[in-house]
Amino acid sequence: MWEYTDKVKEHFLNPRNVGVIEDADGVGEVGSLSCGDALTLYFKLDADGRITDAKFQTFGCASAIASSSALTEMMIGKTLEEAEKITNDDIASFLGELPKEKMHCSVMGQEALEKAIACYRGETVPKPEGNIICECFGITDRQIEATVRDHHLVTIDDVTGHLKAGGGCGKCHEDIQAIIDQVQGKPMPIRSEAAPLTNLQKIRLIEETLEREIKPALHQDGGGIELVDVDGNRVMVKLRGTCAGCKASQVTLKKTVEAKLRELVSKDLVVEEVRS
Amino acid sequence: MKTIYVDNNATTKVAPEVVEAMLPYFTERYGNASSMHSFGGGLVVDIRRARTQVADLIGARPEEILFTSGGTESDATAIHAALQSNPDKRHIVTSRVEHPAIKTLFERYQKNGYRVTFVPVDGEGRLEQTALLESLSDDTAIVSLMWANNETGVINPIDDLSREVRARGILFHTDAVQTVGKIPIDVSQNGVDLLSMSAHKFHGPKGIGALYIRKGTKFKPMVVGGHQEGGRRAGTENVPGIVGMGRACALAGENLEDVGTRVRQLRDTLEQALLQAVPRSMANGGQAERLPNTTSIAFEYVEGEAILLLMNEYGICASSGSACTSGSLEPSHVLRAMGVPFTAAHGSIRYSLSHYTTREEVDYIVDKMPPIIERLRSMSPFWKQATEAAMH
Repeated sequence: MWEYTDKVKEHFLNPRNVGVIEDADGVGEVGSLSCGDALTLYFKLDADGRITDAKFQTFGCASAIASSSALTEMMIGKTLEEAEKITNDDIASFLGELPKEKMHCSVMGQEALEKAIACYRGETVPKPEGNIICECFGITDRQIEATVRDHHLVTIDDVTGHLKAGGGCGKCHEDIQAIIDQVQGKPMPIRSEAAPLTNLQKIRLIEETLEREIKPALHQDGGGIELVDVDGNRVMVKLRGTCAGCKASQVTLKKTVEAKLRELVSKDLVVEEVRS
Repeated sequence: MKTIYVDNNATTKVAPEVVEAMLPYFTERYGNASSMHSFGGGLVVDIRRARTQVADLIGARPEEILFTSGGTESDATAIHAALQSNPDKRHIVTSRVEHPAIKTLFERYQKNGYRVTFVPVDGEGRLEQTALLESLSDDTAIVSLMWANNETGVINPIDDLSREVRARGILFHTDAVQTVGKIPIDVSQNGVDLLSMSAHKFHGPKGIGALYIRKGTKFKPMVVGGHQEGGRRAGTENVPGIVGMGRACALAGENLEDVGTRVRQLRDTLEQALLQAVPRSMANGGQAERLPNTTSIAFEYVEGEAILLLMNEYGICASSGSACTSGSLEPSHVLRAMGVPFTAAHGSIRYSLSHYTTREEVDYIVDKMPPIIERLRSMSPFWKQATEAAMH
């Protein structure tokens, strides 16, 4: 049996906002019967572009229904710009926690929201780029790579929990493992100092270094880091989680973050902490 | 809240008589049956009695019964022994709807270089017997087929199949974990060489099972390091478990008739009432010969885990063929092998009754299920489309 939080159980047993909005401003449909879960999300906007109503219909397990219910509660009252910032992690935290095998239920919520907003704006959500790795669920290498990086996933089961990839026939397990290995272990190429970086290149490289080299290390200790701004050679960051307020954080900042950025981006960089 | 337990293919209530029979072996009779003193060594008499009780239930002789830790170990022991005793044969045969204890084992042998035939089943879960017989050759070491399926209850004609296979000089193993105690079994009248059983499926304790090994069958032990069980399985005997299993076998023999008649009627009542009360529902394998206690009902356009959790709110315990309950994402390999469409496989619920199931309990389930399904369907984006499509 799954260990669902009380909040998941409560939203499953008493889901909010079940139904259809006939004259919806945006509709997003994701999933299918064969996948085992599907969600149709509707929303209605007022004159100021704020979401006044949201409804859903879900075919799926308890956590899929609870995630959908949670999502509608989170959306209502927000502007589209605010709503589109809702991530699957936000949905999971709203519910307390989801078993890792069930993270894909929250991902389904986020995808339906993206689609519904794109529908309102008359856009289409671009098809995921890359080559299909998991044929059972149509998941590409790029999607897996991004998810592994964003959520610091380390096992195939983690990937299956988030994306469903690898949860069907299992033929793609080796490919998924290869992507995990690549994201986790691939050393960054050492850049020659000969060609100076443009500002844009520098910022991108800083971001990439933070993502690949620094975040995973901090994440292991329950911390995190966020890039706020880059001004010339000043790199401004915000510390998160256990790093924020940690007495050793200044040491971390200089010895780990700055040293790594100097090694891989530019030896002139200076890292500063921004406190909010 | 009252518990309505219709998940007896998962495990069963330990019969009070069994608990009573076991208790002395946890308290005053805790000896080791291998000891020289009669305090311990005397227990061989109790073990012998239990072995006879187990043998009697399936038409075997006591010396043909090997005690194990349960069904999974019995399966692994049987296949291991067959392949070790026939090192030159590299082909093994099973079906596509086996329990994971066999399925995973055969997949592992396949990875290790064995040629494996997974015999398909038809839409009702019945084995394609021609495909089975055509796959056999001089290279075939063993055929392993479940006697009855744990999810649908569909019964394989093991008496006939085992005779056919054995006539070709090939070993025959059957996983009878779901069958023992539900329908009569008589290995003296068929060609079964090896048969797995597990006590907790018929009101015995967990952690004890048995493997029937027909006299004369070549055997190689899997667990070594002791002389117990005639050197066929090392390890100090689980005396309370063995005594409990013996008592459970005797009881199962007495209750076979009740399961075959009263329980069968309850199952039929439950099945027919649910199929009638819930539109777009069907019995998986309903046309095949089935165990008297099992029904697997597919409720289209809803998802099994959600159904089970709503049933749980009413104290009703059952299982599902849904993917979401297992953590894997594919619905039951059994239902998929039968060609049950995704619309139905995800929403399949297995009700498995027992000697302890009452008419009141069945009525209670029949009362509670239709609103549960309706509630979930009203949330499902597919239900309206499906019903509208059906009307046009």
